[in-house]
Amino acid sequence: MKLVAAAAVLAVLIALPFGLSEYYVSLATRMIILALFAMSLDLLLGYAGLASLGHAAFFGVSAYATALLVLRAEWNPWLSLVAGVALAALTGAVYGLLALRARGTYFLMITLALAQVLWGIAFGWRTMTGGDDGLPNVPRPDVVADTVRFYYFTVLIVGLGALVLFRIVRSPFGYALRGIRESETRMLALGYDAWLYKYLAFVLASAFAGLAGSLYAYYNKFVGIDYLHVVRSAEALLMVILGGAGTLVGPALGAALIVILENVISAYTQRWLLVLGAIYVVVTLLAPRGLVGLVLEKWPRSK
Amino acid sequence: MAVWAVHTINGISFGMLLFLLAAGLSLIYGLMKILNLTHGSYYLLAGYIGLSVVRATGSFFLAILAATVAVALLGAAMERFFLRRFHLDELAQTLLTFGFLFMFADLALWIWGGNPQTLPKPAWLSGSVEVGDRVVPLYRFFLIAVGLAVGAFLWWFQEGTRVGAMLRAGVDDEETARALGINVSLLFTLVFALGAFLAALGGVLGGPLLGIYPGADFEVLLLAFVVVIVGGLGSLKGALIGGVLVGLLDNFGKAFFPELAMFTIFVPMAVILAVRPTGLFGRE
Repeated sequence: MKLVAAAAVLAVLIALPFGLSEYYVSLATRMIILALFAMSLDLLLGYAGLASLGHAAFFGVSAYATALLVLRAEWNPWLSLVAGVALAALTGAVYGLLALRARGTYFLMITLALAQVLWGIAFGWRTMTGGDDGLPNVPRPDVVADTVRFYYFTVLIVGLGALVLFRIVRSPFGYALRGIRESETRMLALGYDAWLYKYLAFVLASAFAGLAGSLYAYYNKFVGIDYLHVVRSAEALLMVILGGAGTLVGPALGAALIVILENVISAYTQRWLLVLGAIYVVVTLLAPRGLVGLVLEKWPRSK
Repeated sequence: MAVWAVHTINGISFGMLLFLLAAGLSLIYGLMKILNLTHGSYYLLAGYIGLSVVRATGSFFLAILAATVAVALLGAAMERFFLRRFHLDELAQTLLTFGFLFMFADLALWIWGGNPQTLPKPAWLSGSVEVGDRVVPLYRFFLIAVGLAVGAFLWWFQEGTRVGAMLRAGVDDEETARALGINVSLLFTLVFALGAFLAALGGVLGGPLLGIYPGADFEVLLLAFVVVIVGGLGSLKGALIGGVLVGLLDNFGKAFFPELAMFTIFVPMAVILAVRPTGLFGRE
């Protein structure tokens, strides 16, 4: 059943560029990249139970690193992408040490503040990062330069990333994370090093967020300070909750839905932010377990 | 010497504004465990409301009165009708208050436009004071005086009044407080209104100094966060000392290392986090 669904999704994704104009292919690319970003946060929120409000830090660090290496150091674009992801994981390794000393609300606040440190650097260090002008003209790798090719490239990379994420959450490691989310003391009593599990989840989530960030830098051919901003972190949180935390599929759908809504609503009104704010409130009030949660309530799994 | 004195006065007066914000954030967290991301919006809305009132009536005092009362009511309404449903659900509270942050920011942009504006100072506070060979606006001293007065009032309120005693009981053990017949639900609304009131006071008082502009809501929210992370959530003393500390760091940082302004605030914060994750005066 699940295999059929996955094959159907893949078939649709492959067929998409044949039926759509370049504009929509580009929009689909954005959805898919942000889906990976949302899924990476779901690993933290949905599985490890860690609500981070600073996930954009890793998205942005990787995007900036990739763009800077390509533009300033004239590195190979593929190598730059890998280096970006590595730097995101490294940043996650450092931030995780600080953030995981706290829990609950403190964790939210600290991840937010730590992300803002990077935002501050990107904003202040004009000579390197371009400040609030950002870094324009980031060239894509030659092979995937045009819209359709870049779309397929994104589908491939995000598909592989999603596959790895699914393997992770279905592995003993993933089940241990869920155990820690439900009852940390019980897992400690069973001999699990809960801190280490959460730490590894944090670093892994940072690396996947970084992969999304570097892809986004190539997608947009631009990197700006909003990549690091807490608005991006909160949007990822919204995507995860809207779709359904702890399902991976849900957050990906949530990401797609938010991108569609933004696109449709912005076409009609200047007041997108007002609508987005209302979406936050409505989702919290009506669908706290997300769309996947709603579906499961209506049609409980028969097996 | 005089330069240092001026920076110190500037830092402390800015710190007092941060104290007003952090105190409300801290009070609300202490009782309800709500991290209110809309707190900066109260500051911004109050600044704009104050601006409209000053333009209409010319009275700074009326501006303070109207803005603080309106925003306190707004805070009470948010608690009653929205946040109450998600008691102790930190994720829901985060999303909800973030949603309100967006909505208020966009509404303010809609109503008052995108250009930065300055609230005019009252005439009797527009003078300045000579410090060595420099001059410091009298308004800065006024801010410090107001901050200390509010601090003293809050301390008296918490330690010396019956409502304050109920508040402390609610913070220490909500269930027992309820069992003893304390109306904790009403207390929640009152404290939320008080927190919004303090942020609003900061907004009107900060208007002449920092200006009112889109994005200010977020800037002050973030600084208030740093204050409570440094000082410790739920501690009034922490909000005051943290506020002054961050105010000073911000001022000296901007003066001496303009490119690294953020660093002078965030690096000490990271160090405190590493040593004492609950802040200087926070509870374990």
